[in-house]
Parts: sequence; structure tokens; C-alpha cells
Amino acid sequence: MRLPQQLGERIDRQRRVTFSFDGRRVEAFEGDTIGSALYAAGQRVFSRSFKYHRPRGLLCCSGSCPNCMMKVDDVPNVRVCAEPVREGADVRPQNVFGSLDRDLLSAVDKFGGPFTPVGFYYRTMIRPRWAWPYYESFLRRVAGLGHVHKHGRRSGRYDVEHRRAEVLVVGGGRSGREAAARHAADGKQVVLVDENPYLEIDEGDFEVITPGRALGIWEGGLVPVDAGRILYRFRAEHIVVATGAIEQPLVFPGNDLVGVMLPDAVRRLVDDWAIKPGKRAVVVTADEGGREAADRLRRAGVELAGVFDLRRERIREIAARGRKGRVRSVELDGFRLKCDLLVMSGGRQPAYSLLAQAGARIEYDDERGVFLPVEIPDGVEAVGAAAGDGISTAIPAATYNGAAGKDKCFACICEDVTDKDLKRAIAEGFDSIELAKRYTTVTMGPCQGRFCQVPSIRVYGRESESDLGRIGTTTARPPWTPVELGLLAGRTHEPAQRTSIHHRHEELGAKMMWTGTWRRPHSYGDPEAEVQAVHGAVGIIDVSTLGKLIVTGPQAAEFLERLYPNRFADMKIGRIRYAVLGTDAGRIMDDGTIARLDDETFYVTTTSTGANAVLEWFEWWNAVWGMDVEIVNVTGALAAVNVAGPRARELMARLTDLEVSNEALAYLDAKHGRVAGIPSLILRIGFVGELGYELHFASPYGEYLWDTVLRRGEDLGIRPFGLEPQRILRLEKMHILVGQDTDSESNALEANMPWIVKFDKDDFVGKWALEHVRERGPRELLVGFEMENGRVPLEGAQVVLQERRPAGRVTSARWSRELHRVIGMAWVPAEVAKEGTVFYVTVNGGFDKATVRLRPFFDPEGERLRS
Amino acid sequence: MSFLLPCPNCGPRPVEEFSCAGEVTVRPKERPTLRELATYIYFRKNVAGVQREWWFHRLGCELWFQAERDTRTNDVLLTELVEPAVRQES
Repeated sequence: MRLPQQLGERIDRQRRVTFSFDGRRVEAFEGDTIGSALYAAGQRVFSRSFKYHRPRGLLCCSGSCPNCMMKVDDVPNVRVCAEPVREGADVRPQNVFGSLDRDLLSAVDKFGGPFTPVGFYYRTMIRPRWAWPYYESFLRRVAGLGHVHKHGRRSGRYDVEHRRAEVLVVGGGRSGREAAARHAADGKQVVLVDENPYLEIDEGDFEVITPGRALGIWEGGLVPVDAGRILYRFRAEHIVVATGAIEQPLVFPGNDLVGVMLPDAVRRLVDDWAIKPGKRAVVVTADEGGREAADRLRRAGVELAGVFDLRRERIREIAARGRKGRVRSVELDGFRLKCDLLVMSGGRQPAYSLLAQAGARIEYDDERGVFLPVEIPDGVEAVGAAAGDGISTAIPAATYNGAAGKDKCFACICEDVTDKDLKRAIAEGFDSIELAKRYTTVTMGPCQGRFCQVPSIRVYGRESESDLGRIGTTTARPPWTPVELGLLAGRTHEPAQRTSIHHRHEELGAKMMWTGTWRRPHSYGDPEAEVQAVHGAVGIIDVSTLGKLIVTGPQAAEFLERLYPNRFADMKIGRIRYAVLGTDAGRIMDDGTIARLDDETFYVTTTSTGANAVLEWFEWWNAVWGMDVEIVNVTGALAAVNVAGPRARELMARLTDLEVSNEALAYLDAKHGRVAGIPSLILRIGFVGELGYELHFASPYGEYLWDTVLRRGEDLGIRPFGLEPQRILRLEKMHILVGQDTDSESNALEANMPWIVKFDKDDFVGKWALEHVRERGPRELLVGFEMENGRVPLEGAQVVLQERRPAGRVTSARWSRELHRVIGMAWVPAEVAKEGTVFYVTVNGGFDKATVRLRPFFDPEGERLRS
Repeated sequence: MSFLLPCPNCGPRPVEEFSCAGEVTVRPKERPTLRELATYIYFRKNVAGVQREWWFHRLGCELWFQAERDTRTNDVLLTELVEPAVRQES
């Protein structure tokens, strides 16, 4: 049922759209919202209330109140009055047990009264204590808003975009547009956002984003704008708040009945969608808004039973009466008028929330009966009704008692808080509005205080007999508009780092795993065979993920001397040292090798996941000390592979012209040379416990070098190996894995590497703490162990001594085929850390015997490394 | 925490680009007593007011600098390079 064509109506009567509502087909026009189409189709009850399950209908028609929230295409809590119609949309009511018109739980409204006052659930349902989970699950089901599918899929893709604006205008009303034009004329880059998707603004000298809801104002001029599927994180140098004013409901018994509306709802229904809002109307108003609505209703052919202007008429009592939740009549000081539409207006309140978030103070204006923002901070500007312009209520609207026997009188429709609840809160001693808010949850619902802040303060003022200025307002917190969680989370990005050899690993059938942000091969299918290849012939592993730093400058050696417990000053050019990096608390941060390339240049490698932290650490100490040192991060620029095994030298001889004999390129030697024609830095280190060469070279050659090494080593039995075989190999040598065998409490002395620490140095980071550890003696030590019965304990398993008291923990454990034993590393009390001592380890709930080993399990003398 | 921090090198940038290493501490010159060492490592003044702190432009120029920030309001009063770290040649 539509009115004849209205001037400026939003609907296009030529274009029809069909959607489904609770299984029924509903016809609409393009330009309708789901709400307007349903209203035109005769639907009056749009939702059931939060607690009492009372029927609710359109109140604001502007997407602000909770009354029209429904589930649209499985997305809950959609305000259908502002949601444009979509062909084929699936619209369903929510928080309903039965149907919108017959909700079984509306019994709560009729009979629950004395039993369900504010806060009843944490007063009456706490005993017996064990029953609370049942109460809770029941309450969660019957109260509240829509439900999200527990196993539902994401309702779409969301993105975040970082934007900048010299001037950001929030609100596209007259004053917002004027402000935008004014700033644009000053040559500023201006962006205007407005929540109304139909807003028509000629884009002139400024950009317009609709719909765009500003969620809040944070420090630094950060304004997130919800534009549906995208969240714009605006950084604005200047913010113009033109959010206008919000029509306030009146507080009287039955003020939530279906058919009670605000003037703006009437305007939208008639002007935008050409819908006749009712048959017989009564208007009660405290400002001009109601009178305009009356004119509009008259034009639309609605019979006006009465228009009451509270500025002229003192009405002492208002009560709406209804049947089945729909308004049937209104009683004004005992005088009864029949109606099916009651338009109420308690004046307009400036929408100051964003300004308050930005730091403005909110003050009560006695003359106009509204709260106004004052002391607006720098960089923020309030214009139009938001600043109080054109707000003219002379008499603040009174609130009316829910007198005995009459209907409930709502101060907050989102959370079903009545005036009685507020009185009760005051009686119980919640004497500040902030406390009452937390107790009653008034202003905490979906409208975010738009329709309940002022009414509740008025009720509060009346009941506590104090003036509104003294009561003040509750703190306005973001978000100003409810926002989908998906939008705040944005699209999931999992940044992955890949080495330049990544695709070769995939082609070779590697099982990839995460190490930090890196993707690395766990193994190529058979970790044990890969270990055997390294022990018996030769293997190759991609170690491009290692952090690689060049430290250079006249004071490079001194810089490293001060950072590390190791000694570097005496290092010869072309030599390598294993180094452990520690903090001033003596804790192990990272480990790696350091090669001296020339007098002033050192090549530092770090663990794969520690590269960024080490770089940050180096740069920081350099800023503190101000030494003549440059630090260059070449982690991404260089690829690296480690070629290891008894036949590694034979293979290297085929690949390079460099002399690779044990004399010319000895253990811990570093040399530059060409490998397969590629300029490389060759580090001879014992990474996996066999004769080995680590090659560092420019990343783009990664695949070429990898392919060449594999091809040339084919007849030697070369195999690529992944991280799992590497762990077994390193464990056989008792090489620690920082972060696995050590934690944030481990120091180099107790990690059993006393030879690292050079106490005779003047100073180094961590010296004092390590001196303290040396003086007090080690409390626990990191040792190797082997299991007696061959079962593999979990990493993290407990170390237990004779008295069956937990005394330590296992950090690594693996079966070694080479050794035919289960070996591992564990932290044990210092007195246990002696070769051959027996302790117990928890395995599958039992205790298995383990024996302490202090020397590497494999090649304890390191002969193979040096061969 | 969404304030802007002026990097001495790059200008004002959102705080998320930086990492903060907390208030500036002074490393003992001589070997400290255990108590002094613990104080240096673990104890911070944690003032409600202006404090001097270390910042690192992690997602930018990778520069360490110091800032004076009011911890109550996040107003950044100044940012500057630490004196000895100013490189001569560049």
C-alpha cells in the first residue's frame, strides 16, 4: 500500500525487487530498504525485545535503534530499516521463540515482572553455585540479540585500507557539506563520510564516501570508517564533526509499543518510500519536529486525533495502551484518544559522542535542556546541530512515571531497562550515573546511548532530585556504531618468507613447515635416510633463512667484543668462531657463527628466527655507544646452503678452483671463492657434525647453485635434507638449539658452554650477571642424556629424581639410527649433571631411566669435523 | 595507542611502525653490586608524566632514537637522535 508519488521519493516504481521474509515472498521497489518494504507489506512487529520479548516495531527508521534488527543472509543484527533491498535476500527474525507475532517467551513480560528486576541473574541465580552454568546457558539463549552460527563460514571478505586526509568531515548534512566545501576552497584535501547510502552530494572539490560510518576518534587523528566490506583507517589532520542531532524518545508507560515512532521515522516513511504510516495518529512533541510530522501525516491522509505541544501544554501524565503489543490508544491526563500511531518527540540532542571521544567536555545547557560539547580540542571542529546550532527545545521534556498498574516505562529499549530499574539502582546505592550504567546496562546496548542517554539521565535527575548538569553523562566510548567483528579483524594475512630455492624443495617433494615466518622443508620424505646420507656420503640443506649481518668499520672488532661474551680481537682474518649473544641479564638471545673477513669486517650469522631481533639489538647498542661501526643486513640478499658429509670435500673439489684440502681450507676457515662459477663465501663449519662447507652467495643464484651441487654430487650419493634430519644430526653433536633447548632464563654458563665466556675481558654485555652465576655456582645445567629402554620422551617431559619430585625438563629427544639409541637434552639440577648419573623421565605416565651424557654422542672428539 | 610519532628521519608516522624499548636506562660504569645490577636490569621508574624513552623505526628507516613522551596523554614533546650516534659523513 503506497501513497501516490511523493516529491523526491527514493523508490523507483518501475523496478521491482523480491526477497524472502521468514519464508514468505515480499515485493519491493528499488530504493526501498528491507524495513520499508516490510512496512509497506503490512508488517508492524519487527523484533522481540532483549529481555521481556515484547513486540517492537519501527521507531527511528534511521538504522540507529535496535527495534528492526533481523538476520539477513545469515548475518545477525542487521538493521533492516537502513539495509537496502537485495534481490533474493533471505530475511529472518531473531531472538524469537515461535514467531514475531507469537513469541513463547513473551510470558516473561507478563509474569516475570517481580522476578526479573535489573541484575536478577546475579542475585537470584547464584545459588546453588554449581547450577550457574545451566542458568547461564539458558539466559544466553533466551536473552539478547541474534545468534552467529558456531560453525558458520565468514560472511565475506573484509579489508583494511590506510588513508590520509587533510580534512575529514563526518556527516553529510547541510553543515557537513558546507564545512567540506569551505575547507576544499582553502585548498585542503577533504574527504566527507556519511552513513546514509542514499546520500546524494555532488562530488565537487572533495571526496565522498557513503555509506561510511565513523566508529570513533582516537589519538593522532585516527578515525576508522566502516564502509561495509572495507574499513578505512583515516589519519586526519583536521576532523570536522557534523553528526547532527538525535531525536529523543519520551519516557512514559507503553513508550515502546509497536506504533510509537519518532518524527524522523514518519518523514522517511512518507517522503522517501511513500508509505502511509498509520490510519489515526496522535502527536506528542517537545519541539518543532513533532509539528512537522503532524503536517506530513495530514498530507499523507492520516487522520490526526490530536497534536500536543509540550512547550505549551502541561501534560502531567501520558500513557500508551495497546493490545498484543500494538498501540491502540493514548491517555493524556486521563483523556483517552484512540490511535494506531503515536508520534513522540522529546527534542533533539546533539550527537556529541565522537567529540567526547576526541576529548571535548560535555556540559548540560539548562536553557535548551540538552547536553552540549564544549572545550573542543585542537584539530577537531564541531559544526551544525552536533555543536548545538538550531537546537531549540525551550523546555526539557519531562519524563512520566510508570504509575501503578500501567504498562512498563522504558528508559532504554536496547536492554529493556525501565524507569523502575533505575529507581531501584538508586535505592540500592548506585548513586552515580556511571555506576548505574554498569548495574542496569543502560546506554550499553546497540544504540550506544543514542536514545537512552538523555532519557535515563532525566529519569535519574527526577528520582534523585538533582540537576542534570551535576549528574553529567556517561563516558562515550568507541565504537559509536556497532561494527562487524570481521571488519575489525580485516582479511587474514599470513606473510610467508620463502628462500630463493623454495620451488626446488617443492619439486623434490619436501614437506614444508613454518619456522617463524619462513617456510622451510621439514624433510624430503625420509628423515632417517637423509641423516644416513649425511653420515655416509654427502647431504645439502638450504640455510638461506639464517640471519646474515655485515659488521664493518674501524671499531667493528671492539663492537663485537663488547656485545658478545666471546673474544674477537685476536681473531685472524679468514677464521670463524661460534658465538652466543646474551643480554645484560646474562640470558642467551641467539647464537651463530662470526667470520672475520678483513681487519674491519665481520660476517655474522644468526638463527633463522632471530635475525630481526639481533639486528635491532646491534643497532641499539650502536646508538648507545656511538661507535664507528656500520651494520648491514644481508639476510635477504644472500642465499646459503650447507654441504656436509664425509664426501663433501670430494664434491667441493669438483665445484671450485679453490684449494679445498684440509690444510688449505681447514676447519673454521672462511674464504671467498667461486663455487660452480658463483662468487661465494665459503665457511667451513661443523653445522651438522660432519665435514661441511656453508656457501653464502647472491640469492638469485639459489636454484642454479642448488641444482649444480645436486647434479655434480649425484654419483657420490648426495641427498637434500630438511630440518628434521638436521635436528637429529645436531642433537647427536649436542649442539643446542636456541629457543628449543634454551629459554628466556638460560645463560651460557648453565647451558654448559663455559668456554664461550671470557671473563678476563674488561666488559661485555652480560658480564656482571654471568659473574654472579659463576660465584653462586650453577643451579641447573643443560646436559645430554640417553634413554635406557629406547622410548622417546616428549619434549617438555619432566625430569624426575629418586624421590619422585620434578627436578627438570627434557628439551629435545630423538631416536638416532646412527647411534641405535634415544638421545636428548635436558635441564637437570647441577648435582645430577655428572657423566653417567641416572635420572628418570616421564614417558606415557610412567618413569623411564635415563643416563647423563656430557660429551657429544657422536664423534665426541670432533675428528670428523676436522678431517 | 594510535598516536603519531615524529621519526627524526622520516617525519610523523603512526606509532604501529615503531617498537618501543621503554624508558632510557643508564648502564653502570663500574661493576655493580647485585642490587644495583638487579635495579638496572629490572626496575623502571614508570612515571605518570614525561619520560624519555627509546624508539626504533622498525617498519621504516630502522633508526633508534629517543623521545620525550607524556605517558598520561601520549603527547610526544620531542624526538631526537642520541648525540654520539650522529654519523658525520651522511
